Amino acid sequence: MKKVFERPEALHHAPFHYCPGCGHSIIHRLIAQVIDEKKLRDKTICSLGVGCAVVAYNYFDVDLIEAPHGRAAAVATGVKRARPKHIVFSYQGDGDLAAIGTAETFHAANRGEHFTAFFVNNAVYGMTGGQMAPTTLIGQKTTTSPFGRQHEIAGYPLKFSEVLAQLEGTSYIERVAVNSPAQVRKAKKAIEKAFKHQQKKTGFSMVEFLSPCPTNWRMGTIDSCKWIDDVMQKEYPLGVIKEKKC
Amino acid sequence: MDKQLLSGTTAIGEAAIQAGCKFYFGYPITPQNALPEYMSGRLVEIPGGVFLQAESEVGAINMVMGASAVGERVMTSSSSPGISLKQEGISYMAGQELPAVIVNVSRGGPGLGSIYPAQSDYFQSTRGGGHGDYRTIVLAPASVQELADMTAAAFDLAEHYRTPVLVLADGVLAQMMEPVKISSRKRKKAASKEYELTGAKGRPSKAIHSFRMDPKDQEDHNWKLMRKYKRIEQREVSCETFLMDDAEMAVVAYGTAARIAKGALKRLRKEKLKVGLIRPKTLWPFPTELIKEISKRVNDFLVFEMSAGQMIEDVKLALEGKGTIHFYGRPGGVIPAPIELYRIISRHYYQAKRKQKK
Amino acid sequence: MKGSIKIKKELCKGCTFCMTFCPKQCIVLSEKLNKKGYLVAEFDGDKGCTGCATCGLMCPEIAIEVYRG
Repeated sequence: MKKVFERPEALHHAPFHYCPGCGHSIIHRLIAQVIDEKKLRDKTICSLGVGCAVVAYNYFDVDLIEAPHGRAAAVATGVKRARPKHIVFSYQGDGDLAAIGTAETFHAANRGEHFTAFFVNNAVYGMTGGQMAPTTLIGQKTTTSPFGRQHEIAGYPLKFSEVLAQLEGTSYIERVAVNSPAQVRKAKKAIEKAFKHQQKKTGFSMVEFLSPCPTNWRMGTIDSCKWIDDVMQKEYPLGVIKEKKC
Repeated sequence: MDKQLLSGTTAIGEAAIQAGCKFYFGYPITPQNALPEYMSGRLVEIPGGVFLQAESEVGAINMVMGASAVGERVMTSSSSPGISLKQEGISYMAGQELPAVIVNVSRGGPGLGSIYPAQSDYFQSTRGGGHGDYRTIVLAPASVQELADMTAAAFDLAEHYRTPVLVLADGVLAQMMEPVKISSRKRKKAASKEYELTGAKGRPSKAIHSFRMDPKDQEDHNWKLMRKYKRIEQREVSCETFLMDDAEMAVVAYGTAARIAKGALKRLRKEKLKVGLIRPKTLWPFPTELIKEISKRVNDFLVFEMSAGQMIEDVKLALEGKGTIHFYGRPGGVIPAPIELYRIISRHYYQAKRKQKK
Repeated sequence: MKGSIKIKKELCKGCTFCMTFCPKQCIVLSEKLNKKGYLVAEFDGDKGCTGCATCGLMCPEIAIEVYRG
């Protein structure tokens, strides 16, 4: 028998520190697999956000710079403007990209910066203990919305991919999930497509991943996957939100 | 290059470009708008040059971080409130040991303040102003020629020590026009570019990060930074002394305030008052030893700042309780004339003389 | 196609993705804890594994190597 599945090379051998059933682990692996398959490691630079994945430099085996919280899109802009031939991707959670980083992300997208943003949406602030995020659903209980998010106080779940899709500078935005085999396969294809758009310089590309967070959702791992199917997807529909010709 | 009549902002921009800076990220704020405007036209003429007006000063400093991480000479500029916005990025780059040049054309504050020149960012520049145990080298030009020279030197210092460097100018220096010579400099060989992100071809990947999970790791890093700052303190202090040989009173002032002081000294010396000037050219590292040395023969120090009094604390620290300190300050963007300062200094001078006689 | 998998039990966190999504129910939860205190996934080789690698696809910890032949 021959080996048909193993650890990608673009990941260091460190065991992940993420919780059981966390989507970060799967997403890291998918990105690393695409980097391996397309032979991109030698010319890839990552701009890393702050969250549970703040130590992702222990995992991604590519050159990497840690950005201040929210600023990964601006740091990626500086990197890509200085090194236009490199593949540059940012990796951020929902707070990093769509709360504190809203201005940096929005304007990088508006300028059509030629890097790819990976947006890990788990509807909560994971690392800091489960506080409300802009992407938290109405009624969802978090440590700073203990009675459930109410729109009168905290507004509505932010569909940032749809917002960015309206900007001329964005060329490819897709929302995927990592809660089932079919979705994970789609997610990997979306990563491949995003890098292709970057290489063809069509504009700003982004993949939003609906990602399970069993710990802060106070659910089991399989229930978290179901919650994405039954509840989260209704608010954040999966699929291609925008795609320019490549 | 021949001597040209240039404004301060043009001198900064051209000196940066001649020093090898190809990347400028900035944002409009009075009174330094002429600098991003100059760079937007000039960088197009430089192969590989990139000018980008960011969405905010926050965006700009983070773009600087990205371009610096891949080994490029990169600059940003702003004025006081915008420099406040950059503090997070500056703290990060100090922790990441990334070089960068940040020009502050300071104005009255706090808050939105006034658009007129002031020196009220001394604390912000020399005491942080971001979080954590770090220092930034702070250069204090007092002429358009010094704006050019110090901007160029800033890139060398930033690269050599792998640290952000602040050029602390003000609205007067930025707007004034003086003859200046900007020479194209051969870029000094960088101390080490081992941090440079290039894509991990044929080598293990590099990560630039200022986060350290283990506090002992963070402590080690903090002490490493402190050793670097100690080296900078030992090697990079720069200070001008003017008419100090026979001085019985020393005015301590930097930047535009020092120019006003020189005007006041002219009058004072005509009347045979033995006053001299100590003009720090680096605010950090501060010329502590020089002031200490001078305090052995001079008792009276008059600190003059276009602020409510910030550098005076460093002068007090340097004197360690010796001597007598006087202060004159005009905050908010008000520029006193030399004659006003002359009157203040002569009053203090005669009062000091009377005290000595007693 | 016959398949087989190897599970690195010290990497396993007992999330049960592999056993939930395995089309042949080849993977079960063990009754023994690993060093980190997780009940880990175990391969039951007699259930007709085809080496489809769905388990590997879903395993967050990359704890599973899949063989096919």
